[in-house]
Amino acid sequence: MAIFIDKETRVLVQGITGKEGQFHSRQCQDYGTRIVAGVTPGKGGERVNGIPVFNSVAEACKETGANASMIFVPPPFAAEAILEAVDAELELAVCITEGIPVLDMLRVKNAMGGKRTRLIGPNCPGIISPGSCKIGIMPGAIHLPGGPVGVVSRSGTLTYEVVHQLTSQGLGQTTCLGIGGDPINGTNFIDCLQAFQNDPETRGVVMVGEIGGSAEEEAAAWIAANMDKPVVGFIAGLTAPPGRRMGHAGAIVSGGRGTAAAKIAAMRENKIHVCENLGNLGRLCKEVFSAV
Amino acid sequence: MKIHEYQAKELFRKVGIPVPDGQVCHKREEIPSLVATLNLPVAIKAQILAGGRGKGGGVALAKTAEEAQAVAERILGMRLVTLQTGDQGTEVRTILFEQAIVLKKELYLSMLIDRERADIVIIASRDGGMDIEKVAQKTPERIISVHVNPLLGLQGYQLRELIFGLDLDSAAAKSFADLVRKLFDLFLDSDCSLVEINPLAITAEDTVIALDAKIDIDANSLFRHPEIKAMHDSSEDDVLEAAAAAHGLNYIRLDGTIGSMVNGAGLAMATMDLIKQAGVEPANFLDVGGGASAEMVENGFRIILSDPNVRGIFINIFGGILRCDILAQGVVAAARKVGLSLPVVVRMEGTNVEEGREILARSGLDLTNATDLNHAASLLTAMVY
Repeated sequence: MAIFIDKETRVLVQGITGKEGQFHSRQCQDYGTRIVAGVTPGKGGERVNGIPVFNSVAEACKETGANASMIFVPPPFAAEAILEAVDAELELAVCITEGIPVLDMLRVKNAMGGKRTRLIGPNCPGIISPGSCKIGIMPGAIHLPGGPVGVVSRSGTLTYEVVHQLTSQGLGQTTCLGIGGDPINGTNFIDCLQAFQNDPETRGVVMVGEIGGSAEEEAAAWIAANMDKPVVGFIAGLTAPPGRRMGHAGAIVSGGRGTAAAKIAAMRENKIHVCENLGNLGRLCKEVFSAV
Repeated sequence: MKIHEYQAKELFRKVGIPVPDGQVCHKREEIPSLVATLNLPVAIKAQILAGGRGKGGGVALAKTAEEAQAVAERILGMRLVTLQTGDQGTEVRTILFEQAIVLKKELYLSMLIDRERADIVIIASRDGGMDIEKVAQKTPERIISVHVNPLLGLQGYQLRELIFGLDLDSAAAKSFADLVRKLFDLFLDSDCSLVEINPLAITAEDTVIALDAKIDIDANSLFRHPEIKAMHDSSEDDVLEAAAAAHGLNYIRLDGTIGSMVNGAGLAMATMDLIKQAGVEPANFLDVGGGASAEMVENGFRIILSDPNVRGIFINIFGGILRCDILAQGVVAAARKVGLSLPVVVRMEGTNVEEGREILARSGLDLTNATDLNHAASLLTAMVY
């Protein structure tokens, strides 16, 4: 079992003819993901890595039965690409694109209310259920199939670091996903935690947060009230200076709010196993998750 | 991206939001001729991007031409220290002369993105001209906030909520509503992440006028706002940060001695934290990003080495989009070009890691390979002590 994606997921790639789109479609195919279509307006009829390209998402869905999308469309057009996936009633849209204007995402987020599609990202590495499906840009080889750990993170490479440490400890993963580093995103921590709580094969979760906003605080409170599986938490940015945007558009301490210290305190109050030092995360997980 | 008050007021003027008549001055020799044209009394305001200018002595009122001359000469060129500038202060390179307004009341008005609710929040208070954080803390009942759905736009009842909450009389209410509508449109049209008017004055004639103006523009949106992008004042940028930005690198300078180069913002932050936990202080945040070329990595390396405080460097790369062999090529090329004399700890994992390590090993340079993060931390501690 896994959350949100599995072996049956049929993926189309929006922006498949671009450099990133081509490269990562191939990587995902090599991992075993069923990439069934590509979409680039005006390039319908072409093929990329043997995958048929269509002019629209709707057409690609109709012809190939795709139910998920991986989006590599550049920032000026990415919000529209998400809306196109939503309109085609895909189950899942994973938007990798970094640099989408915040107001574009604000409109997309509000337009998605009540729609069928789950959005992961934007500005994220994607989602992987090790051994069965990878929709994203993460290096597949560092993952270990079979569970029992779920990983959810606001970051990209920091997630790879965490996964690598889990794998080194012999702890496999059910699903690992990045929810994105932007201030406005689709799926949030709580959505993922709830799915992990309901997934019988996931026995514990690693949650990786960072400065900015209050998503970690809200997730911590939700965990205390709703989860009986153990959660290990890590927060990046203890040394981040206030008022500066630390790479991710959403990673900023403003007006004294969104600090790493406050997030860590909220995690502690809610009985989350806080990892203080990233170098020790794998070992801490081994301790915590071996008990369940 | 922040813009200056006078630039924000230009944007206001364009959309019909009332602001006082003003004149901008960049050069000391222009002060006398400008002063001769002013309607007195006049406010003289330092134009720096940091807040807290008034308390720092960067804003003053002058009743006579002589006074205006003296105040302008004092402020232009001064190093203005405010709560937000740090002890070094910021050099005032531009001043704004603005006609003083006879006012009845000062209000507070701002608009910003509420990331948790995914909407735009408008905040208003009758306590204008004060520190709004303090007002919110001490007298939260004097803060009114309304949340606007970006798809539906500003609704009439939301405007009324603001007007009744501020206890405006009908004459002022009309002018206020007009301003809020125009400001909200400006917020959307210019991709603002924050607009703040503090104070927003009500004049003797019961009209509103923006005495101050603060605007932050979403940096991700600048591709569609070339005219706003051109407003960027690079004179306030840190020299190294500006050089990094010119190369498309994400660099933030800090006070410590251990430089770092990392791929990915989250890992870069965690790496800074790790450096601190190893007992040393991080000198910077540097995210070389996904898909960074050998050239970009080399540029990042040069920027770290340009900081005279740096005594050692930690390169922490987890190959995802970025491949370790490309990173290694960049490191080696840059190290050779700049004649590297500092110790470097390199920790790499992920795609093409073996090739990357081999390139480093074959380079003949003083690059220590760390096997994992704990090993890297102990090497960093040893580096400085």
